[in-house]
Amino acid sequence: MKYLGLIWSNLKRKKLRTWLTLLSIFVAFILFGLLFTIREALTAGVSVADADRLIVRHKVSLIMTLPEAYLARMKQIDGVESAIHFTWFNGIYQNEPKNFFATMPTDPEPFLDMYPEYLLPEDQKQAWLTTRTGAIVGRVLADRFQWKTGDHIPLTSPIWPRDGDEAWEFDIVGIYDGAKKGTDTSGLFFRYDYFDEARAQGKGEVGWYAVRVSDPERASQVAAAIDGEFANSPYETKAEAEGAFVQGFAQQIGDIGTILIAVLSAVFFTILLVVGNTMAQAVRERTEELGVLKAMGFTNGLVLALVLAESCVIAAVGGLAGLAVAWLIGAAGSPAPSMLPVFYLPTRYLLIGVLFVFGLGIVAGILPAIQAMRLQIAVALRRHGG
Amino acid sequence: MSTNGEALVRVENVEKSFKRGSEQIHVLSDMNFEVPRGEFVALMGPSGSGKTTLLNLIGGLDRATRGSVKIGEDRIDNMSERQLAAWRARHVGFVFQFYNLMPVMTAARNVELPLLLTHLSKAERRKHVALALDVVGLTHRTGHYPRTLSGGEQQRVGIARAIVTDPTLLLCDEPTGDLDRKSGDEILSLLQALNRDQGKTIVMVTHDPHASARATRTVYLEKGQLLNEKPE
Repeated sequence: MKYLGLIWSNLKRKKLRTWLTLLSIFVAFILFGLLFTIREALTAGVSVADADRLIVRHKVSLIMTLPEAYLARMKQIDGVESAIHFTWFNGIYQNEPKNFFATMPTDPEPFLDMYPEYLLPEDQKQAWLTTRTGAIVGRVLADRFQWKTGDHIPLTSPIWPRDGDEAWEFDIVGIYDGAKKGTDTSGLFFRYDYFDEARAQGKGEVGWYAVRVSDPERASQVAAAIDGEFANSPYETKAEAEGAFVQGFAQQIGDIGTILIAVLSAVFFTILLVVGNTMAQAVRERTEELGVLKAMGFTNGLVLALVLAESCVIAAVGGLAGLAVAWLIGAAGSPAPSMLPVFYLPTRYLLIGVLFVFGLGIVAGILPAIQAMRLQIAVALRRHGG
Repeated sequence: MSTNGEALVRVENVEKSFKRGSEQIHVLSDMNFEVPRGEFVALMGPSGSGKTTLLNLIGGLDRATRGSVKIGEDRIDNMSERQLAAWRARHVGFVFQFYNLMPVMTAARNVELPLLLTHLSKAERRKHVALALDVVGLTHRTGHYPRTLSGGEQQRVGIARAIVTDPTLLLCDEPTGDLDRKSGDEILSLLQALNRDQGKTIVMVTHDPHASARATRTVYLEKGQLLNEKPE
């Protein structure tokens, strides 16, 4: 701690250079934080996916439907504990395309059994079971449109028009919360019986199935059995773990991991050069001063530690501030709730960011620090005036 | 460092040479030199005569190619880098021609620097700094940065920094070389007082006969060797 004053004084030596370096690190770590926030938003479902849940979809594409009649056959397969179906409804509120959000018809009771991470009060669950036009909405969605239970809302769907070309009418009977931080609460679920009866086309068709297996270790065998059951039919299936399904869904916009690594590698390489150059210049300018410190009795190891500490302080001030701002942006909520419903910087990425901050400080400072450590006192002191 | 030897500084059969390309440059040859405890010695000689090299060897800033350097009872030419650094911190204070103060630190913080290597508390360090600045007559300038001080004042801060750990030996490399006559005289008076009143042993490199006249003894070097008498 007693050397902190010395380190801090050195940072104040070239204020503009220090500020510019801090600013570049600050921006780099905001970018780091935001990219990982977006990554989390796109893959949140993977982290909260249950190991004992499978998703069964049409073998060709997710947008192709499956017969509702598969439900009963699926439940008969050995290892299947329960199964429900969903259909992508693509609901739009007040005919405004920007008011789009995830909307799916399903069967209320098995749905709530299969997804215990959706927390719905008991009275609201009962209301959903007894109200044919009832719908439950997630907390984020309810907050977005200021909805509350008892509200009556109209939705339109470009995929599933209602008989008579009218808008779909729903009564909000419940608002659910997420049991986990990454649980998506930006959707609306309503009753399949209401949907199937009122839709103008495609009766008896569903989008995909969610299947709970009795033994997660046998999940892949059960998936193979399901696909085998429907092989060589007009509606062949592809069953996979829920996590893999969500990941595949997210990767429709590209391999997020690779994109992130590519962008961050470029950013951090540049920042490494910026900070490394700053430290190299700082050491070069202070050759005599370092010589004087050594003449006073500062050991080579101490000089090395001081230069490294200086580099780490620059990285820490800029980097931690950048991470804090990225975290605050995430905490303020999603800028696009319909596209990125789950929007926050998870603690694990925050910790990785902190490691990166100090890693940057050490890697950028190590060469100048070694240079300072190896400096010969007599040579350093000889520089002034020849 | 013990006090029982007659000579505090004992340089025996020292040679110092270095390579410049394929050429071997001999800076000091067969040097034998002693400084008794409590003496104020001036080293004089033309540029390139080896004065600063000798000073660096005595201060443990450089290593002899051959021979031994003994300060008190410590044979410093045998010490490791780490031991040498610790030895310098305990026993030697350096005063430089161009002061070599940290421009981003106040006078008090500059003087405090050598004390960071001790186990003193912050309060104790402050007390020592105040005392050292008092000795050099700069108690009113403690919060000033070097750029706001005159050359003479900066050198006095440099001297305060050199004596703050109460070293036995003060090594001064042209301490008045960058000062006008008046400021130079003040610095020399201060060094004389430190030698006379506090018993500091001082070895001072200088080109200036006026400065060397303030020392108790003047030693002349030429081409890396000591002369027995003042050259013509």
